[in-house]
Amino acid sequence: MKPAPAPARTQGRHRGILPDGVTDVASLTEVLRAHQYLADDGLATAMFLSLRLARPLLLEGEAGVGKTEVAKTLADLYGTELIRLQCYEGIDVAQAVYEWSYARQLLHIRALEAMGDVSHAEADVYSEDFLVRRPLLQAITGSVGDRRQVLLVDEVDRSDDEFEAFLLEVLADYSVTIPELGTFKAAEPPVVIITSNRTREVHDALKRRCLYHWIEHPEFEREVQIVKLRLPDVHERLARQVTALVQALRDLELYKPPGVAETLDWAEALSTLGAAELDVRRLDATLGSVLKYREDHDRVRGQGLDTLVREAITRAG
Amino acid sequence: MHLAELDFDPARAAVRFGRLLRTAGIDADATRVHRFVEALEVLGPRSMADVYWAGRVVFCNAPDDFARYDATFASCFGVPVPLGALMAAQAATPIEITLAFDSGDDSADGETAPAPDNTVVVRFSAVETLRDKDFAAYSTEEFEEARRLMADLRLAGALRRSRRAIPARKGRLHMGRTLRGAMRSGGEVTRLRFTGRGERPRRVVLLCDVSGSMEAYARALLRFLHAAVVGHGRVEAFTIGTRLTRITRELRSRDPDAALAAASRAVVDWSGGTRLGSNIKEFNDVWGQRGMARGSVIVVLSDGWDRGDPAVLAHEMHRLQRLAHRVVWVNPLKATPGYAPLASGMAAALPFVDEFIEGHSLASLQELVKVVAG
Repeated sequence: MKPAPAPARTQGRHRGILPDGVTDVASLTEVLRAHQYLADDGLATAMFLSLRLARPLLLEGEAGVGKTEVAKTLADLYGTELIRLQCYEGIDVAQAVYEWSYARQLLHIRALEAMGDVSHAEADVYSEDFLVRRPLLQAITGSVGDRRQVLLVDEVDRSDDEFEAFLLEVLADYSVTIPELGTFKAAEPPVVIITSNRTREVHDALKRRCLYHWIEHPEFEREVQIVKLRLPDVHERLARQVTALVQALRDLELYKPPGVAETLDWAEALSTLGAAELDVRRLDATLGSVLKYREDHDRVRGQGLDTLVREAITRAG
Repeated sequence: MHLAELDFDPARAAVRFGRLLRTAGIDADATRVHRFVEALEVLGPRSMADVYWAGRVVFCNAPDDFARYDATFASCFGVPVPLGALMAAQAATPIEITLAFDSGDDSADGETAPAPDNTVVVRFSAVETLRDKDFAAYSTEEFEEARRLMADLRLAGALRRSRRAIPARKGRLHMGRTLRGAMRSGGEVTRLRFTGRGERPRRVVLLCDVSGSMEAYARALLRFLHAAVVGHGRVEAFTIGTRLTRITRELRSRDPDAALAAASRAVVDWSGGTRLGSNIKEFNDVWGQRGMARGSVIVVLSDGWDRGDPAVLAHEMHRLQRLAHRVVWVNPLKATPGYAPLASGMAAALPFVDEFIEGHSLASLQELVKVVAG
């Protein structure tokens, strides 16, 4: 029998500041809805815990289920700009954390030389004026009062091991050390959302730091709600029919099953064309906004567009 | 159901739950158990659904964990999993199977394994003897020997240009290093420093057939998969049979026996039939297209016996070839004298394979390592 876990001291008892009007999962769900984001119980719980326990939230799921949207909405909730770090292979400290503005430093030294007083040059050029803040440093130094910064580390699976290890270090205590200036520590830990598309497995050590949630495609009624919430101008009947059709497409084993983003794009496209209802002609003309592979087009056409439309209309009721 | 009525002590429940999760193979260490208690504290759960979600968010690492988590949750708390959480995915109960090591004369597809080689060449060292011997004809001792030799094989993909910058003679000017260098010469820039692109090995993805017809080779090849995964380089391993199973995580343990036991538990379709086409399709859909196959070296270890439609296999192999840097097909039967790729699957796949090699012996696996390294 293993001993009961001793409370890890370094993790502290810090409780993250919640956005206005949020006290529990239910109120978070409400506030999210008011900001046009519909979260189910699982996601809402994951978000609440991430905010309250001040822990990064690792989100995975099919493309287009709204992973990035989670971070945008949270930034909205806290009334701040979203700080976004798009990962790619070879991303390093200069692009993720900070860099000195070397050109300005040089100019400054030359200017001091011209004035004949270089005694303060060194202290001058290594001041914060010459520091270029990249996303991670912005997120750490940006919190003012009860306003938390929201950091999105997007597609972390695209970065490489070196960067992941570094990220782990930053997320461990939300601090960054710049040799010339000292250590910056976040007054209030930023909200951190990390997304991954699972092109490779994120390292276990990083996963261990995070809370984890897998976002599923929403079921029919919820997706209809999302369309109506996001696109209030779209006719209700059209919203239901488009959603029904997209849900049917997801069962067709396509190369790239359409996500919620595609449902929204498509409903908007059809609505822009003046449609109040799904029909085969318009479906045919706008199929490209949902399906991005020629093979998928062939497969869907092979199923018979009119059958698909008929079934979608029946299901939409 | 209210938790207050249940006499629910979060700390006690968390420790018990954690222990059960560990038994079920979920990474529920003390830190996570502690975090689970914290989560329950801040949630003030009103229902078991809250407890369910808190635990799932804290303990699970990947979607593959959900089925095990759900089962443990239900047995620990005696309540069903909340409705919204039931995954469409079928939760298969893993069957533990010890790999039998025989020549597989009861193979499902009716093809015969190559005849055992009975001549033992006494003059050479054991290594020399084993080098070219067919895996299907190994004795248990020889197998142990081969295992050690396999651990020396270093599978690493061909190099590609990386986007990570390293110091170089020419390339982009690196201001930081240039200026730091200038400090040494009294602030005068005497030398410009540059960065260029480094190189890094491509990812290697191994897809190993574990169906009945491959039984004689599966054990040896799985050892090879293990050696490859724990070695250097980025290697992913899957088994194919009636279904596709990712075993990279299971194989990561340094101890080969533990790793293989974990992999055997994860794979539920040992020595079943083969559906190469639909398995490769699943790989393409779920992993390959998203990025795992892009620019990678893909190695399929299979005899090409396929119960599915050859057209599907051809189509999916073509798709795989377009995604990958290179596709290598390793067929243990290729070494058999007079072998021709007549199995319908093999014939269908061959046009989309860049390298077609044998995989019946240590020597042929060494050859594979060379081919993969480009």
